[in-house]
Amino acid sequence: MYRYDEFDLGFVRERVAEFRDQVARRLSGEMTEDQFKPLRLMNGVYLQLHAYMLRVAIPYGVLSGRQMRKLAHIARKYDRDYGHFTTRQNLQFNWIKLADMPAILEELAEVEMHAIQTSGNCIRNVTADHFAGAAADETVDPRPYAEILRQWSSLHPEFSFLPRKFKLAVTGAAADRAAIQVHDIGLEAKRDAKGDIGFAVWVGGGQGRTPMIARKLRDFLPEADLLAYCEAILRVYNLEGRRDNKYKARIKILVHEKGTDEIADAIENEFASLKGKALDLPAAEIARIAAYFAPPALADLPARSAKLEAAKAADVALARFVDRNVSAHKRPGYGIVTVSLKPVGLPPGDATSAQMDAVAALAERFSADEIRVSHEQNLVLPHVRLDDLPELFAGLAAAGLATPNAGLVTDIIACPGLDYCSLANARSIPVAQRISERFADLGRQHDIGDLKIKISGCINACGHHHVGHIGILGVDRKGEEFYQITLGGSGDETCSIGEIVGPGFPADRIVDAVEQVVDAYLGLRRDPGETFLAAYRRVGLKPFQEALYADA
Amino acid sequence: MAKAQATGALAVTANDLRSGTVVFRRPDGRWSEEVLEAEIALTAEAAQALLAGARADHDACIVVEPALVEITMTGNRPAPRHLRERIRAQGPTVAYGAAAAN
Amino acid sequence: MPTPETALWRAGAFAADDWRFPAAGEPVPADGKVALPKARFLAERAALAGRNGPIGVVLESGESLADIEDDVPRFGLIVLRFARYADGRNYSTARILRDRLGFRGELRASGDVLRDQVLFMLRAGFDALEIAHAGTVATLKEGRIVGVHRHYQPASNEIGESAAGLRGWQRTSRRLASN
Repeated sequence: MYRYDEFDLGFVRERVAEFRDQVARRLSGEMTEDQFKPLRLMNGVYLQLHAYMLRVAIPYGVLSGRQMRKLAHIARKYDRDYGHFTTRQNLQFNWIKLADMPAILEELAEVEMHAIQTSGNCIRNVTADHFAGAAADETVDPRPYAEILRQWSSLHPEFSFLPRKFKLAVTGAAADRAAIQVHDIGLEAKRDAKGDIGFAVWVGGGQGRTPMIARKLRDFLPEADLLAYCEAILRVYNLEGRRDNKYKARIKILVHEKGTDEIADAIENEFASLKGKALDLPAAEIARIAAYFAPPALADLPARSAKLEAAKAADVALARFVDRNVSAHKRPGYGIVTVSLKPVGLPPGDATSAQMDAVAALAERFSADEIRVSHEQNLVLPHVRLDDLPELFAGLAAAGLATPNAGLVTDIIACPGLDYCSLANARSIPVAQRISERFADLGRQHDIGDLKIKISGCINACGHHHVGHIGILGVDRKGEEFYQITLGGSGDETCSIGEIVGPGFPADRIVDAVEQVVDAYLGLRRDPGETFLAAYRRVGLKPFQEALYADA
Repeated sequence: MAKAQATGALAVTANDLRSGTVVFRRPDGRWSEEVLEAEIALTAEAAQALLAGARADHDACIVVEPALVEITMTGNRPAPRHLRERIRAQGPTVAYGAAAAN
Repeated sequence: MPTPETALWRAGAFAADDWRFPAAGEPVPADGKVALPKARFLAERAALAGRNGPIGVVLESGESLADIEDDVPRFGLIVLRFARYADGRNYSTARILRDRLGFRGELRASGDVLRDQVLFMLRAGFDALEIAHAGTVATLKEGRIVGVHRHYQPASNEIGESAAGLRGWQRTSRRLASN
């Protein structure tokens, strides 16, 4: 894992002091709310429906046990004993006092964490593949580059007042778990025939009210050019992005309105003037940062664990858990464990402080002290011996964290919705809860197989409904909550935006409608191996429309 | 919401600047976390007077985001009319934290 | 440009403004330092070519360097107006002026110039600030600006020492002294 040096620590402490000064000026009345709002947002402080919310950055989703314990401590001391993991690898505290913010930021700095740029019209927390450094299919570990980008983007003097927010995601595997094609900049680290590292660069993707899939501007940008090229993209966007309408201010609209070729030319021109100067990434610096991400000391083990196989044979619950929640590790005898934060009937992505402490202890004991936060609102223990899985499973179960539903119909992404968020038009969490209760039967879930349901409580699409296999968008229709269904979205390397299936459903009909869609899929799939997404792509909207609106 | 109907009941809500807590303006000009204690305006003039007082408290750095909310009365018990404002007044509609986990 | 309510902070100290900004219709003085709006500069460019004194240009919020890039070397002053501090285009314009076009004259931020953005402005290449906000003026005078002086990017105007550390792009800037 990356560790702060004196410089990094000094930087974060200075930022805390600066924000402490800003909060003091707001509380004393020296600053108006209008002046303060953009400043507090740049440090992750929102005013939500019930209270201030603090969004803490978990850069590229990587946490240590010590950091997780600190988050638990903050939840206990300053909040209502829980936190919410978000779709952008952040953690949100929902009930924070403005006057407590500086003290909380100081506590975070103690464990090398911060809330810098988790909101505001600036470069947001850089996200990455949550299996980075562990996945069997990985070509290049994206974390060193995500860290370099994190540093470069922190309090950037030129890019702190952009037309709108700006999100970067990095992956290093062909299977895209970081949804890079729906980010402002998506980067895929890869190797060429000579073994050199470079990046496919995607620009102009995004969700929100105008979902768009990014365009690939470079297939292999040399690694040394990473910062100069990103700076060129940001400069073109900062100068030319629309500032007259916040709904048209993202770079995706600029790319769409000007055309990919014109934007690409502008970026290449700018890049030509930046390349070969101070932003070039020296190989020694990349190596220095990459050294922080060296794999932990893992043992040479046989690929198959006799201990695990025996335990699975004796315990069907463990077997189910391993089947769904353990992914292939690059080292034989190890697995990547997804810790589901989607127990049936509970708010997706929430964890109590006791659960955070439990995960910290299990990570220290079984996963080389590493935890990841996924954009699917789950936690990940990336380096677990297969031999240890039975014991880990028992430890997770004791904390209520052993739900064996990773990637299944109840592993639902949901934004906080109208229960918390001041922007929302409808509630998301109760819909997720009711869907997971409807599909609670594990045998049925496993029979349905891979199915991603994603729910947003407004058009801003924090719940990623556009890329849900089944997407649900909450809207307000004359004071009543209504829910629109989209089908066929996907945030992976086969990225697609879901299509609206037809008229929306009232709150008391939406769960039935989802079940009708699922039943229609079960009726038309060729065999149990044909996933919902594959079946949808084969048959299109029509059979689902017929199932949903047969009576209409 | 901002447009007061002469006959509709309205209250003023805001968030406490320091804590962020949802508050309602009382008849004595102080702020309460209880909508039951809110001053209810029944005319447009009364509503504007209520809001003017709230704005003064905004300028004095006591509260932020003051706004009028529509109120429905059940007997003499006021409650916000719209779901969003009911959730603000009463908290999330879902259990959270340890209460949800147990 | 500075009115009685604004103060000019230049290269670390408050100073009297030695530039003149003729109003529309007012003739351009034959000598002395004079700065004009972009449109007027373009309209009178040929006539101004023979003028003795230094010439400057004022870009309103949203005005770009288009059509005046070739004139940059002759400007002694470029003023970039911030209508709202949250409009960040001027930061890019400033860096292009300094880094690509090699502008070495006075680069002045004016308009919504507030203490929380001062360090960003200076590092983007501004060396003069025209400040209307009394709190910001007082804070600069008293040397009380609380900001972050460790930086992860090379800047267009390194404020004070630039200590290269382990990283090629690491910088440390000097605190803004009182005066």
